[in-house]
Formats: sequence, C-alpha cells, structure tokens
Amino acid sequence: MGVIRSERDVERNVLTTTVDRVLNWARAGSVWPVQFGLACCAIEMIASAASRFDIARYGSELFRASPRQADLMIVAGRVSQKMAPVLRHIYDQMLEPKWVIAMGDCASTGGLYNNYAVVQGVDKVVHVDVYIAGCPPRPEALLHGLGLLQDLIARGATAGQR
Amino acid sequence: MDHEAVTQESLLDRLRPHVPWGLTTPREERGRAIILVTVGALLDVLGAARDRLGLDMLVDLTAWDRLPASPRFEVVYLLGRAGSADRLTVKVQADGEPPRLPTATGLYRAAAFAEREVYDMFGVVFDGHPDLRRILMPDDWEGHPLRRDYSLSEEPVEFHGHTPRVPSAIIPYFPPGSGSGSGGAAPPGAGSGAAE
Amino acid sequence: MSDVRVTRVERSPARGPNHAGGEVLTLNVGPQHPGTHGVLRVVVDLEGEIIRRAAPEIGYLHTGIEKEMEARTYLQNVTLVDRIEYLASYNEEMAFYQAVERLLGVEPPPRARAIRILMCELNRIGSHLMFLAAGTLDVNVTSVFMYAMTDRERYLDLSEMLSGQRMMPGYFRPGGVAQDLPDGFVAAARAFLNDLPGRLDEYGRLLNDNLIWRERLEGTAPLSREDAIALGATGPVLRGSGVAHDCRKVLPYGGYEDYDFDVPVRGEGDAYARYLVRMEEMRQSRRIALQILDRLPDGPIIVDDRKIALPPRAELARSMEAVIHQFKLVSEGIHPPAGDSYVATESPRGEKGYFVVSDGSNRPVRVHVRAPSFYNLQTLPAMLVGRPLSDLVVAIASLDIVLGDIDR
Repeated sequence: MGVIRSERDVERNVLTTTVDRVLNWARAGSVWPVQFGLACCAIEMIASAASRFDIARYGSELFRASPRQADLMIVAGRVSQKMAPVLRHIYDQMLEPKWVIAMGDCASTGGLYNNYAVVQGVDKVVHVDVYIAGCPPRPEALLHGLGLLQDLIARGATAGQR
Repeated sequence: MDHEAVTQESLLDRLRPHVPWGLTTPREERGRAIILVTVGALLDVLGAARDRLGLDMLVDLTAWDRLPASPRFEVVYLLGRAGSADRLTVKVQADGEPPRLPTATGLYRAAAFAEREVYDMFGVVFDGHPDLRRILMPDDWEGHPLRRDYSLSEEPVEFHGHTPRVPSAIIPYFPPGSGSGSGGAAPPGAGSGAAE
Repeated sequence: MSDVRVTRVERSPARGPNHAGGEVLTLNVGPQHPGTHGVLRVVVDLEGEIIRRAAPEIGYLHTGIEKEMEARTYLQNVTLVDRIEYLASYNEEMAFYQAVERLLGVEPPPRARAIRILMCELNRIGSHLMFLAAGTLDVNVTSVFMYAMTDRERYLDLSEMLSGQRMMPGYFRPGGVAQDLPDGFVAAARAFLNDLPGRLDEYGRLLNDNLIWRERLEGTAPLSREDAIALGATGPVLRGSGVAHDCRKVLPYGGYEDYDFDVPVRGEGDAYARYLVRMEEMRQSRRIALQILDRLPDGPIIVDDRKIALPPRAELARSMEAVIHQFKLVSEGIHPPAGDSYVATESPRGEKGYFVVSDGSNRPVRVHVRAPSFYNLQTLPAMLVGRPLSDLVVAIASLDIVLGDIDR
C-alpha cells in the first residue's frame, strides 16, 4: 500500500479541485443525447453512433428515448411547422442542465428550405449551444461539435438555462 | 417503348365500350394512355377501369393548379395493374371555390391518404371521403400551400439597414418565349425581380 | 411522448385484460419515439394488449419540397430531390431525371445509363442495409445494427469517391451524369460486392436461426395480397405479400432490360417475408452491379445536345459558342417542351415516379413525387388491427418507411 509521508506524496497521489469542476467534468464526460432524429441528418447521427465513428467513446453511450433521462438534444434534421411545438415540448421535458446541438443546416438556419413549412432555424424555438454546419454534416463534424460542447460544459460556460 | 404504345392504345380501345365516351377525351402521349373526363363521368371511368380492364392499383393521385387557365385544377389519377405494364392516366378538371369531386375511396382504398393530401394542398373537396382533413399541414393551418397564388412565404435574411431579395426572386424565371418552349403562364410574383 | 386517454366502454369485473368488452385505451405513439423510424405519430386504440385501431398521423416532416421545386430550375432541383427519400438519393435522381428526359425526348448515352443503374443498385444495397440496421435495432439485435452500419459505410465510401458526398450526391444531370467514374472506383466497387455475399450469409446465420428474431417477425403484421394491392402498396411490402410487381421488370426504364436479374417474391405476407425479400434483393442488386462492372461501355457520360448538357471545359477555351451555351445553361437552364410526364421507377421502398408538368419555361410548373412510403404507410392499420401492441414496432420496421418521402 502506498503511504503518504510527505508533501510530495500528497501532490502525486491526491487531486484537489473544486466541486464545480468535478461536476462539470462528469457532465461533460457523459452527455447522453435524447433520440431526436428528424430527417437525413438523423442517418448521419445514427452512423456516428455505429462502430466506425462511435460516439460512445466520447461519453454518449446511449441515446435515451425518454427526454427525462437525457441531457442533450441533438436536433438532427429539418423542423417543420407541425413539429416545432413537439420539439419545444420535448425540450421542456428534459431536466436541467440540458444543452442543444443544432445539427445540420436545416436545424441551424432552415438550410436549403426557406418556405412556409420549415422553421428557419431551431433557435427560434429553443436555445442552441452548438451549431454544426453541413448537409448532412459528416459524423466527424458531429463529433467535433460534440467536442466543442464538452469543452463548453467543462468550462462551466453553459451549466444550465439562460 | 414501341410495345408500350401498342398496349396503351389497346387499353383505351378496351375501355371505350364501357364508359360514356362523349364525356371523355382520350389521347396517346409519349407511350401513356391518357383520358380526360368530366366530373360526372369520373367514377364511371374509374369503375370501368377497375372492373373491366382489371386496373386494380391506384398508383398515384395528384393535382396541379393551372392558374390562370380555367378550369383551374386538374386532378390526375394514375391507374395500374399489379404485375403488368397496363397503365391508364385519368385526368379531370375542376373549378369552383372549393372545387368538388366525388371520392374514389369506394373504388380504390389507396385514395384515402392521397385525397386528403390533395385537399390539404389544393383545397379540392372530395365528397364522400370518410375522413377529409388536413394531413401534412397542422390542423389549424389556413390556406392551401400548393396553389399557385399561395406564396412560397420565404423569410428574407435580416441585415442591419437593408433587406435583400428572397431566393425565389433571384432565381430567374424565363418564360417560354426566351427558349424553346411554347405557351404557359408565369408563376405569381415571378416577373418582379427575376426577368433579366 | 405517451399521452393516455381512457374511454370506458363496459365494465368487466372478473375477466382478464384481453377480454373483449373491456376498456379501450387510446395511446399516442410518437412523433418522438425510438421505434417510429422518424417523426411518425400513430394513434392506437388498445383493448388490453390488442390493437383495435391504428391511425398514422403524418406531416411532422413536411418541408414544402414540391413547392420549392416550382421555384428552381431543373438543374437546381437535383439538390431538393436528393433530400426526399434520403436513404435512396441516387434512385430519386434517377426517377426525376427519367421524367425530365421523357419530356425532353432524349436518352443518356450507354455509359451514362450503365453508371446510373450501377449507382441505383449500390444505393439499393445501402438502403436495405439501413433497413437491416434499423429493423434489428428495433428488435434489439444490436450486434446486427453495428455490422450492417459498418457494411453501409463501405457503400457510403463508394458514394463519396464518386460524387464527393456520402449522402445527397447531386450526381445525375439531365441527359447523363455529372462526372465520370474516378480511378479506383471500379476496383473498390468490386471489392465491396465481392465481400457482400459473405456478409449477407453472416446476417442469415445471425437472424434466420435466431429464435427471438423469428418469433418477433414470423406471422407478425400480416398483409394479405388483396389488401396490399387495394391500399396501393408497392416494393418489398407488395412482393412480400405474393405479388410479382417490380417496375424494373414490368415497366423497364433507363436500361434495366439489358441486365439479368430475378425479383424475389414471397407469399406469406408477414414481416419475416418482407425481410427475406429485402435480403434477396440485395443479392440481386449485386448481380446487376457486377454485370455492369463487367461490361461497362466506353463513351460520353452525358448527352451531346448543347441545349441540355454543359460543353466540356476544354471546349470553352476554343469556342465562343460553347461559352454562350455554358452561360445559357447555367443561368437559364433547360427548357423541356410543355406537357407532363411520369416514369415509374423502382426505389428500395417501392414505386417512385415523378409527375412533372412543364410549360416550356426553365422551371417546372408542378412536380409531384409518387412516394412509395406514403402509400405503404396506409397498410399499417390493415397489418395491426387485432394484433398485440408489440407488433407495432415490428410492423413499422418491416414497412421500411422514410418520413422524408411521406411528408415531402
């Protein structure tokens, strides 16, 4: 058994930090998304969850079906007028702290479609933390966006609702 | 392609004895057998196609807005036979506010969703449909989006100080005279920012 | 989302939960639901565990694509078309440009036709692998999900090699295709196709003798032949119910008549039959693709008409006329003669056809997509009434619907 006899032993074997930093580290390391694939981006999101790109190694082990068990909503796909209230409802059912990634051009800004049927960006409905461009964004782009979100979370910059 | 033309023609010939031929305008076009019928003869023609010609599949049911031509709406039924190349296109033109047509759901159950979509997008009412309500738009939506006078409702990008044109005002519409086309109407609102 | 409303029909004090005459529970499934393959909502009336009514509600992905297409030229529309049935983009582009070319009265050159069919069949394989992945994930055979997605990645690599994009290629043009096959594509495609039978055999071993898979799928969501035809079903849903109807055989288009292949048909009409039809279709698609790779003709990859296809870039330096044609085609686009056309094509989900109406200008007056999933979805109540609730997820998985196709 190691024995702590001196200051140096303490430095080498004991990590001191703040509660906030530990909480943020834990939150960033295990962000579980809710299943919210809407359209084509959902297929790339599923591909990112499969073996080749493997989102699980970034902490998103499971995509939860129930919003109450998830911390992240990846809005993957175009949001139609009929779906917008549903999206808000699901977002409201998620517990704090929660984050939103707008995946793809349609979720970020309405994308290719600028017409009566598509909401021009999901940020008109919910607060978005990270926008990922692409049509559809490659799984690597989604993982990069997830990495950006994890940096935000670890810094405590988005710990909760505005 | 040639054998297709022969079968389609014989399809119209086989249909002739069973429908009120005076109320129809049949023609051959690029290998398709097309028949334009009046509203009153529609169900007779569809029934004869199903029972006499064996066209048991409703492949597609759609409509388009011929504004400013009149009658305004043309509803197109594409009938087919499972496992065979027999295809018949039945077109009917309707006017009115709202335009009314009899429902085809009694003959082809596949028409249920398709008629709801035509109602939702164009406002064509199908009398006798078991559940005629909007299918793609929210239930409380006003207006029928695919009509030519319904604008695309684009949202212009907001900048400080100026509002640029929306995409459909930038993408050029060239009426048939400028190319190799013939006849046709400009879409509403297309002339303003588009013509070069 | 599970909103529950209970309607009391009759009190049944001492009977079991499935006894007829009990309470009817209205359950809302979706639109956010892991088992609905997209944003589909199904309102289900339950008596105990037995479904008495299942009404699909759609429109949660309505994008107004048909109206957008009226505001774009025929070339610009290829980007919109890709995103309708997003799992089978090459088949979409094929269907759209078949209709446009029928209006124009042109046919692509032989090499272009062969490349188009090659990509359509590779896309069919990719789409059926996605069906396998999503379907097995619904039944919780997660390992097959992982394996099928890995195989699909190889198809996506091929698509990326060819068009630059994994999904949404935008590769077809009126009169042909945009670019020729790159070096190494044929070898990579052959490698993928040579490995495919081994992979399909492995899926067979993992699934066909799997008690849980068989129990969940055999006899589940039955669709009779009459219902399938009457409700407008096409594709594997129709062929799983005993109807030998495949547009590639019955209404050949684009050059399919030049290749040998069989169309699998099974008579049982249950989810297991549809699964077997799709597995066999992958093998037949491989057969077509190998025939194409073996005798790929040389020649131009787009039609020679300067009013339809861009001139080759080398010509732009030499010829003023080529520059003018290039300018007109890019800024103005093609002008198909006035009229309408419809060509039936076979997408992985069934018959896909584009009803294109032209008035002679450079933009279509109306484009309507005959969406196979729209009609296939109408068979859902017929498959589910009288069945237990657990069949719902299997039924939707076996229909293999794409909501982008249904809602457009």
